[in-house]
Amino acid sequence: MFRKLHDPGPQAVTIFIDGRPVVAEPGESVAAVLLRQQEGWNRTTPVSQSPRAPYCMMGVCFECLVEIDGQGSVQSCLTPVAAGMRIARQQGRRSLSA
Amino acid sequence: MRPDIVVIGGGTVGAAIAYGLAGKCNKVLLLDGDDGDFRAARANFGLVWLQGKGLGMPAYQALTRASIALWRGFTERLEAETAIDLAYEQNGGLAFCLGEDAFEKRRLDLLRLHNQRGDGEPDWEMLDRPALERLLPKVTLGPDVAGASFGRHDGHANPLRLLAAMHAGVLRHGGALRHRARVRRIEPAGTDFKLTLDGETLVAPRVVIAAGLGSPELARQVGLDVPLRPERGQVLVTERLEPFLPLPASGLRQTGEGTVMIGATKDDPGFDVSTTGEAAARLSRKTVQIVPALARVGLVRQWAGLRIMTPDSYPIYAQSQSHPGAFVALCHSGVTLAAFHAEDLASAIAAGSLPGRLSPFHQSRFDVPQAA
Ligand SMILES: Cc1cc2nc3c(=O)[nH]c(=O)nc-3n(C[C@H](O)[C@H](O)[C@H](O)COP(=O)(O)OP(=O)(O)OC[C@H]3O[C@@H](n4cnc5c(N)ncnc54)[C@H](O)[C@@H]3O)c2cc1C
Ligand code: FES
Repeated sequence: MFRKLHDPGPQAVTIFIDGRPVVAEPGESVAAVLLRQQEGWNRTTPVSQSPRAPYCMMGVCFECLVEIDGQGSVQSCLTPVAAGMRIARQQGRRSLSA
Repeated sequence: MRPDIVVIGGGTVGAAIAYGLAGKCNKVLLLDGDDGDFRAARANFGLVWLQGKGLGMPAYQALTRASIALWRGFTERLEAETAIDLAYEQNGGLAFCLGEDAFEKRRLDLLRLHNQRGDGEPDWEMLDRPALERLLPKVTLGPDVAGASFGRHDGHANPLRLLAAMHAGVLRHGGALRHRARVRRIEPAGTDFKLTLDGETLVAPRVVIAAGLGSPELARQVGLDVPLRPERGQVLVTERLEPFLPLPASGLRQTGEGTVMIGATKDDPGFDVSTTGEAAARLSRKTVQIVPALARVGLVRQWAGLRIMTPDSYPIYAQSQSHPGAFVALCHSGVTLAAFHAEDLASAIAAGSLPGRLSPFHQSRFDVPQAA
């Protein structure tokens, strides 16, 4: 999978992916962080449940949807990380409450 | 194939009639226009719906009731013949009421309809907020929701699959279907009719005009003067969600795939199917008043279609007096009425005359001068 080329140093922030703390650099997108993870996917599709990962990284393909801070179906490639952000991989159809 | 009967218009209405006729051993030819036409069949909401319909026109309430009674059997036959799942569900349907006044008004409207019907047990009830909450355990209702009316016979289906299945059913029964086959002219030829298409002519002893908004100019040529106007309806569709709405409501339904359909608006811009931001805002606002959590759900599509509206909004079914053998069938709610069109109406057309119970739907009702 992908890895970070440089160390973000002291300004690094922590975000949570499915409850696990992960180090991120201010200014990078949530999708970039997701692509560095062992599990290379961020959601499964609503119909066939097949896993999906960020693809276009510029807001057009909608493959990168995740739940962020309780809001479902957010495009992670368009969302910069913020300290304490809680990301949940999305499984199939999202529920009304997320 | 020399057809026994030509059905003009392959939308929800023409396809249902052609499917019914083909099943009755007629050699049916179904002629449809093209994607540039106004096509309500491809824009509608998919409700198979009774509650609230037919005020001032008891025959329409009875017709709708009769069609819904046929729907289950109709679906089963069509599904068995075509292996297309119509996703028909009849768990009843809701009309949400925002505020106590709206709740009371709804109750009175349905009571008036019930009294107009005269006999039979009520097949609807008013659900107050606690009752509604019990029916919808996965929904947190907005504070303004006073309750809803519940219609026992209401349901919904996938209207695009319905259309595809009826087309497949026509073929399955030995009928023929032609797309991009616009009829330009109909002329009597002895006791037959000569149809002029682009670059060819066809002859058939009988024709059914069911071309939606394209019907008046064809019908006129065989002595049927059918007044019609388009009424625009806009619909919003959300991303797919886990099932949360176990039964449809009049402006809000969750499909089998999980999307939520929201709609439809009503306005009168003429032959115009553009969508507007204003309609999207209005539909969204109303929906969020009912189910606030939908505010955080993504919309994936908005579309507009034109309803086929007669002056009193009720159907027109007629046979031409000057040109017997030429029929016209026009309606709004072609999904709800599909079972009736495929069965009773197709049988009557096959037999050559429309029964007396359909006389209230003759367009001559519009000729009668209104008393002041
Ligand atoms: C927004 C909206 C929501 C709706 N919701 C519902 C609902 O929930 N439940 C319900 O029961 N109904 C609903 N309806 C109504 C329903 O869609 C219509 O009643 C039904 O589609 C009408 O069918 P039709 O065949 O008469 O017309 P159409 O479906 O419009 O089909 C007419 C066909 O005739 C063809 N045609 C036109 N001119 C010619 C010609 N000269 N030669 C050959 N072919 C021609 C066209 O290409 C077209 O395919 C809704 C409609 C709209 C617009
Ligand atoms: S990766 Fe394509 S929209 Fe985000």
